[in-house]
Amino acid sequence: MAEPWEDEVEGPVKKFMFVNRKAPYGTIYALESLEVVLITAAFDQDVSLVFSDDGVYQIKKGQVTDGIGMKNFSPTYRALEGYDVEKLYVDKESLDERGLTEDDLLVDVEVLSRAELGKLMDEQDTIMSF
Amino acid sequence: MTMLHTVNKSPFERNTLTSCISMAQSGSAVLLIEDGIFASLKGTSVSDKVSKAMGSISFYVLGPDLNARGMTEDQLIDGIKVVDYEGFVDLTAEHDNVQAWL
Repeated sequence: MAEPWEDEVEGPVKKFMFVNRKAPYGTIYALESLEVVLITAAFDQDVSLVFSDDGVYQIKKGQVTDGIGMKNFSPTYRALEGYDVEKLYVDKESLDERGLTEDDLLVDVEVLSRAELGKLMDEQDTIMSF
Repeated sequence: MTMLHTVNKSPFERNTLTSCISMAQSGSAVLLIEDGIFASLKGTSVSDKVSKAMGSISFYVLGPDLNARGMTEDQLIDGIKVVDYEGFVDLTAEHDNVQAWL
């Protein structure tokens, strides 16, 4: 007989949005966000990620961290798809300000205007800001 | 007196670089480290500000911090020099004083 905790209980699915606004490595925010994203995905929730302001640097291609003695966690963003986290949104203005384009990013994303991102934010049940 | 200024915050998030540039005397040096390296790149909304300041201040960027953030030397504003940790020590020794803008 299955133990009670092994039963698949269909709980409510909520819409979680993670708003990433900090560059990686300089602070711990980017890595911490990624940890919570993975936890949330493990609970089969509707997860979306926003990268805006310096957060766009988190998914910049070609990060080589050997010289600073920190783990390069950027490959993890490519693994998110495997956890059914496929809603990745990037703020266009933030890319433009930093001279970046979609080609500079290591994952497939949807580039949106601030107005469009604001609308998506409005549709969420929970928003976590990093 | 010559001074080495270090800036470790992103110019898109803080006004540290602006404050540093406005107070740095002619002939002093600015070393961009950690998230400060984003000020060293061509084609951003702060590139002009840095280029203008380079008329009287020399700019350096810490290579390991640049590479960690997915950037390479060819993306730098012309005239900014890359240093490694040893170069950081040399700059510190060459200047009379260090002002770390936090």
